[in-house]
Amino acid sequence: MHLAEMNLAHLRAPTDSPELAEFVALLEPINALADEAPGFVWRLKESEDDPTATVIHEYGDHLLINFSVWESLDTLWNYVYRSAHLDVLRRRREWFLRMAEPYMVMWWIPEGHIPTLAEGMRRLERLKAEGPSPEAFTFKDSYDSSEAASLPAAAEATK
Amino acid sequence: MSSDDLDALALLHDPVRRSLYAVVAARGGDVGRGEAAEAAGVSRTLAGHHLDKLVEAGLLESGFRPQEKKGPGSGRPAKVYRRARGERSVSLPPRDYAALASVLAGVVDALGAEEQAEQAARAAGARMAGKHAGEPVGQVLEARGYEPYEEGGALRLRNCPFHVLAEEQPLLVCSMNLALCQGLLEGLGDDPARAALDPRPGECCVTLKQTDIDIEGG
Repeated sequence: MHLAEMNLAHLRAPTDSPELAEFVALLEPINALADEAPGFVWRLKESEDDPTATVIHEYGDHLLINFSVWESLDTLWNYVYRSAHLDVLRRRREWFLRMAEPYMVMWWIPEGHIPTLAEGMRRLERLKAEGPSPEAFTFKDSYDSSEAASLPAAAEATK
Repeated sequence: MSSDDLDALALLHDPVRRSLYAVVAARGGDVGRGEAAEAAGVSRTLAGHHLDKLVEAGLLESGFRPQEKKGPGSGRPAKVYRRARGERSVSLPPRDYAALASVLAGVVDALGAEEQAEQAARAAGARMAGKHAGEPVGQVLEARGYEPYEEGGALRLRNCPFHVLAEEQPLLVCSMNLALCQGLLEGLGDDPARAALDPRPGECCVTLKQTDIDIEGG
């Protein structure tokens, strides 16, 4: 199985504002790093041509959404925390507001399946409402793919 | 503290085993029996015996590296050793600072107090430097549990002394680790900007750049 991951960031200012300029400039190298990272499978792109284009969605203009699929928890962890991405993450307060509620969620998907943003949002809602479970979890309370596969409701939740 | 931990660490009382363990740990990857024997200055047979004891105790892991020569006559794959992933600690009387640190890291996270935590770490690094005045930074880091090695003119660190917490709260702990190293450099009269984040899987997130070589030529 593959691992789907979605995270939200609350922008301090619009992406075309001077406050966000440095962050926007980092999008191309950081996205390239993700694309080349071991275990990377897929990520949602707004544009094939413009690497600085962020995902357009209907959940509010202040929200920046990252959505990707990975081969395993380890490969995603190594990209997030053991690559140049860590330093960008460390500077998050310069560009994003602090979020008091969960802003990232992961869940297991069958290989070859590309989840939708709406599903990601449902998984995040589930995490907020019920806490971590094999259907919606975080690095801190993670579940491996066998735990998700043995869930009778696993198929139901992907509908 | 478990009696397993105590037994495992007691194995290192033997100087041959201790030097073999140190050789394998210092390489940061797979080490063959012959290489380890040579570095520790003992025979292959003796090295093999002690290396296997260290594997039994869970201090090392073993695996096989295929021979470079393929085909008939190339022989069996060579047995190799690497440091085991887990960690052992013994405290007498029993103490558990890691559990408390984990709770406190959770509190810092909940309060969004990362900046204060980084400031405190920087100050702690500077205080540490006081006990090591005049020593080279690599030596000081080594004494603190980091395992420095040189690569491309920079000092990389093989071991993260805060490993368990860094897995749990990477953003907070790695930021504090960086601040601590910067404070340490500052306290030693070195340039704090030498310490930068350059994380890599399986290593400490901090790297010390060599500042006396000006790469940018500015």
